[in-house]
Amino acid sequence: MDTHHKTDMTRRGFLVQSGTATAGAALVTLIPLSPASATSDEMAAAIKEVVGSAKLNPGKVTLDIPPLVENGNAVPMKVSVESPMTARDHVKAIHVFNERNPQPYVMNAYLGPRAGRASVSAHIKLRESQKLVAIAELSDGSFWTASANVIVTIAACVEDLTL
Amino acid sequence: MSNALIRMPKSAKRGEVIEVKTLIQHPMETGFRVGTNGTMIPRDIIDEFLCTYNGVEVFRLKMSSAIAANPFVSFFTVATETGVLFFRWVGDNGFKVEETASITVA
Repeated sequence: MDTHHKTDMTRRGFLVQSGTATAGAALVTLIPLSPASATSDEMAAAIKEVVGSAKLNPGKVTLDIPPLVENGNAVPMKVSVESPMTARDHVKAIHVFNERNPQPYVMNAYLGPRAGRASVSAHIKLRESQKLVAIAELSDGSFWTASANVIVTIAACVEDLTL
Repeated sequence: MSNALIRMPKSAKRGEVIEVKTLIQHPMETGFRVGTNGTMIPRDIIDEFLCTYNGVEVFRLKMSSAIAANPFVSFFTVATETGVLFFRWVGDNGFKVEETASITVA
């Protein structure tokens, strides 16, 4: 694929710079810490805020995330939804929730027929091994869902030892 | 202050679905971590990302503390016409970065 750099910065330069900023995060050690964590109930409540009383159907959504993650500080995640993405039939939004981070929200993406393909990728943080839920909101008002379990060996959100 | 990178094709056929990859430098401090002095490190995250194509919104993302540092986000859009894609990241402590990328549609 042809690439385009708006700035004259290279990917390497970017990574070197940001590497210094996050070096501390890479050196975390596991310290048990128990701030309030979102429970399944909280996740269910957060999902209800989005879905309301509509029926949540399994299917159509693909949640791609590694089943075993070494570093919870940056976990690649991709959510795709089967949809023709036409004006009449498209995905309006993709929501992602987690079960055991301090709060149940991960992201809410809003798209439309101009997207062409209903697929969003991002890197996320996971505090511990848990379940993730992705929900797609379609233009006809229906909701579709998929979930995935992830095992995390080094958690995100542990004490900052760099200060 | 902050560096943003956009990767997408410089040119495309009309109607082609293109992938837009974005990366921005930001600590994404969750607000749930404790420093060595025992106090919570205050939250400092980007909470909204927006992409418009010749002024029309094509993608918007609401982010939470669960997004990794230096947020990487990729999505798709249809190359409808020659023009400019505008990107904006907005976050805590008045964080705001804007970037543009142009595309030629044949």
